[in-house]
Amino acid sequence: MKKAVTLPAPLAEIPWGVLIPLFMIVGFGAAVLDSAAGGSMDPYANSHLLRFGVFLVMALIMWRIPRDLVFWGAYPAYGAVLLMLLGVEIIGQVGGGSQRWLEFGFLRIQPSELMKPTIVLVLASFYHTLPIALIGTWRAIVPPSILMALPMGLVLMQPDLGTTLAIAFGGAVVLFLAGLPTKWFAGGAVAAMIAGPLAFIFGLQDYQRQRVFTFLDPESDPLGTGYHITQSKIAIGSGGITGKGFGEGSQSQLDYLPEPHTDFVFATMAEEWGLIGGLFVLLVFGIILRWGLNVSRAGKDRFSRLMAGGLTATIFFYVAINLMMVMGLAPVVGIPLPFMSHGGSSMMTNMICIGGLMMVDRWNRQAGTSSL
Amino acid sequence: MDKHVTSSAMRQTFDRRTFVVGAVQGGIGLLLAARMGYIAVAENEKYRVEAESNRVNLTLIPPRRGWILDRDGSPLASNRADFRVDIVPERLNDVDGTVEMLSNLLDFDAAEKQDLRDKITDSAGFQVVPVASGLAFEKFAAVSVRLPEMPGVIPQRGYSRHYPTGPSVGHLIGYVGAPSREEYDLEPQPLLLTPGFKLGKDGLEKQFEQELRGEPGARRTEVTASGRIVRDLETREDIQGNAINLTIDGPLQDYAARRIGLESGSVVVMDCESGDLLCMASMPSFDPNSFSSGIGRVEYAMLRDDERVPLRNKVLKGLYPPGSTVKPMHAMAFLKAGIQPDESVVCNGGLRVGNRFFRCHSTHGRTDMAKAIYQSCDTYFYHFAQQVGFDVVADFAHTVGMGEEFDLPVTSQFFGTVPDPAWKLAKYGREWQNYDTVNASIGQGYYLASPLQLAVMSARMATGTIVQPRLIKQTGHPPFASMNFEPERIAYIRQAMSDVVNGPGTAGRARLPLEGIQMAGKTGTAQVVSLSVSDGRSGPWKYRDHGLFIFFAPVDRPRYAGAVVIEHGGGSGSAYPVARDVMTFLFDPMKGLDALHRLEEQWGGTAQQRLAARYAQYAAAAGVDLPPPPDAVQLAAQVDAEARAASLEPESVITDAIAPRAEGQPGGDGIST
Repeated sequence: MKKAVTLPAPLAEIPWGVLIPLFMIVGFGAAVLDSAAGGSMDPYANSHLLRFGVFLVMALIMWRIPRDLVFWGAYPAYGAVLLMLLGVEIIGQVGGGSQRWLEFGFLRIQPSELMKPTIVLVLASFYHTLPIALIGTWRAIVPPSILMALPMGLVLMQPDLGTTLAIAFGGAVVLFLAGLPTKWFAGGAVAAMIAGPLAFIFGLQDYQRQRVFTFLDPESDPLGTGYHITQSKIAIGSGGITGKGFGEGSQSQLDYLPEPHTDFVFATMAEEWGLIGGLFVLLVFGIILRWGLNVSRAGKDRFSRLMAGGLTATIFFYVAINLMMVMGLAPVVGIPLPFMSHGGSSMMTNMICIGGLMMVDRWNRQAGTSSL
Repeated sequence: MDKHVTSSAMRQTFDRRTFVVGAVQGGIGLLLAARMGYIAVAENEKYRVEAESNRVNLTLIPPRRGWILDRDGSPLASNRADFRVDIVPERLNDVDGTVEMLSNLLDFDAAEKQDLRDKITDSAGFQVVPVASGLAFEKFAAVSVRLPEMPGVIPQRGYSRHYPTGPSVGHLIGYVGAPSREEYDLEPQPLLLTPGFKLGKDGLEKQFEQELRGEPGARRTEVTASGRIVRDLETREDIQGNAINLTIDGPLQDYAARRIGLESGSVVVMDCESGDLLCMASMPSFDPNSFSSGIGRVEYAMLRDDERVPLRNKVLKGLYPPGSTVKPMHAMAFLKAGIQPDESVVCNGGLRVGNRFFRCHSTHGRTDMAKAIYQSCDTYFYHFAQQVGFDVVADFAHTVGMGEEFDLPVTSQFFGTVPDPAWKLAKYGREWQNYDTVNASIGQGYYLASPLQLAVMSARMATGTIVQPRLIKQTGHPPFASMNFEPERIAYIRQAMSDVVNGPGTAGRARLPLEGIQMAGKTGTAQVVSLSVSDGRSGPWKYRDHGLFIFFAPVDRPRYAGAVVIEHGGGSGSAYPVARDVMTFLFDPMKGLDALHRLEEQWGGTAQQRLAARYAQYAAAAGVDLPPPPDAVQLAAQVDAEARAASLEPESVITDAIAPRAEGQPGGDGIST
């Protein structure tokens, strides 16, 4: 398709198939954020676009990274991020308060965010090197389990349930795509069904437990934690098919909708743009995710395939959990909507995923032999 | 597991599984689309309504309260536009911080600050707590500007109740206040939770609550989640409550209240022809203006500590031994029983009954009915009461309204006691004795009456008809039933009572300083303690005798009748000058006011000015360490209970004859008591 368009060579190489939908969704997000700020590009929309610009440059740089560098850098990168997570934990303990980020001068990094793509990278690397014959033996499951358990444990201690689940999901998808026996997943599902209630009772913080209860029955606490879900559903439901019009959403404009620019940005959008806006967002995400899976399928080796699949799953996890949350299908877990919510961390993680996918896409196009 | 895993098999597995992942993702995408379609289309109606009910806030506008008017249409209670600040405790983030900030902005002193804190603590949370009203615009603006820092604080323009004559009408009209928790429980309406709404707490304000209340207005506004008003959408005006038209003569009421001066007492004046109550003054009193914006602890403590019970409506709830004021009425009872006016006794300073001697306050010699009335001879009444029997007298006492309640729209009235043998037996289980008749014949012993009853008695005697008192103005009146006295007998009693004032009677100084109008009356002195404790005229205030006076005028064609009771005034000499001045004012206001102004110069200002001065003095001395005031409803109940306790009949049977006080010297010397 791109071959048909005559562009200068460097421009023609750029994967417009993902960047154009991405520009659309980020631009639409900026419009919604403008409305969430009461019809002003500040403070949300401008910084949203600026961040996108910065991370787009980052993604384009990633795009150019050769495969071997990434492949050999996987374990060191994992080790570095894990150390940072440990650092967060130690500083948190010393400082006597929970925190999630590290300060590097002007830069503030949230290592748990970095861990989401990194876990995919390291698992893809692991399964690439694992002899095929060993799939189905303990050597195919124990090391990856440890690789996943370490960061998950550290992040859960922060405590950050949403990110923990995101890491678990990204990792699990890589495991699934790597071809582990399905009965292990069935067993895992059974174990999760047993462990879930136990974790619920013993593992969760009170506020997290409360959120689950509230999710099951939002009306039980209409002015407390259920308020978020109720107001979000009111915003989406009252938007109808065509919405109330740009800047006309009473739920968001009059502050009834909590977090109208971050976690509940979709509700802000849906109130003003209606079902049509919602379907547009779903469609654009569908295009991006489908592109991601296609990149994965087109992968020339296991590493490329698994990494692309895992990165796609990570983006998907954000989108699915956030949308289910705002529509009242999942508890409030504090996961933003990629490319639309205002916030640097999620923009960084998702752009790393996009950059990674673009990178794999470039490897796929490069002529040359590939091995499994 | 399959030992022959090949790379192509792995590739197939991968393709299959990416398909599964893609399918799951697509499925969830469809699920989300369907869910959104369901919420936005199928449930659109429901959520549209909810969004609308979020956005639009319906606030009630408290209705303007109906005015309370006097007989000429002048307001005794009206409304004044003002600036007010209220608090909804439930919406407060930081109670202490808000109280602190408001106190600074409104210049509260320590006691007012503590009052506010207590009110917030005691409220039910959703109930409105009034902070201040009648604010100057500068203070109101200062609070309004700081609103973002004080959620739950509501500054408003509104109306506050205004009583132009203040304390003069306190007991009669009552006051208003924010609804209490109990009142809301009784009448759980949103209006009662509306900031600025007040309902009647006492007196006529309480009695006519429903008529005065009116219909609340409503305002639809667009509000943010935090309650900030974005814009007005629609407003419906309130409907003011109905006015209540009283029979009270406002200027007379105020005059009488002021004329009571430093004393503790009450003045009742009524129209003999219609039964209209023109004046029901009870002093000292509270200022209903300040009560209506919430009773402060300093104010409450000051009023509670006052032995002159400023919180008690003495017209309706003050009960006093009527003393000699019942003598003309007893004389009429004798007439009814067939005693002729010229039947007489010889008063030698008392009367021997059995082996006991009952004293008269003086030695009157030969005494007929008229002389017995104008010189207040006790012996005469000792004698004839025994002759006709006290049952007969007591029956007639009920006919003139003693021991009776009247059909008046008041929250409570005490009916006192007219003792008779059956009553005594029921109350104490003792037989009626001769000394009971003797004591009762001169209005002592168990006898108790309220000033209102004394006034009604006076009107009924003056007209010979059963005048029914009324408080609500109506045109015309039903004819009053006659008590079936021959006109010359009525005239005889009128003349005897006229002689009390205008003849050789006990109250010469009560003569009206007016040409052609004469007032008739009867003095009374009610003993509070026995002679062994106090002579009734000097010594501690609470041991002094009550001074009573009943009157009507003009003598020949009675138009106005009334009663004055001065608590612990030291005898009737404290009462009839008040009656004289009040009646003078009624016929010639200028002359009445001249007399009052001279007196008020000595007293240090009008009642309202003196109350304000006393408050300032008390507040300076008291500080914050005072108990908080009770809720208005509790307060009313408490005052009522205290009034009841204060006017109870003696616990034990009275076995002694009362030694009557010197009931005024014959008119001439002018120093009668």
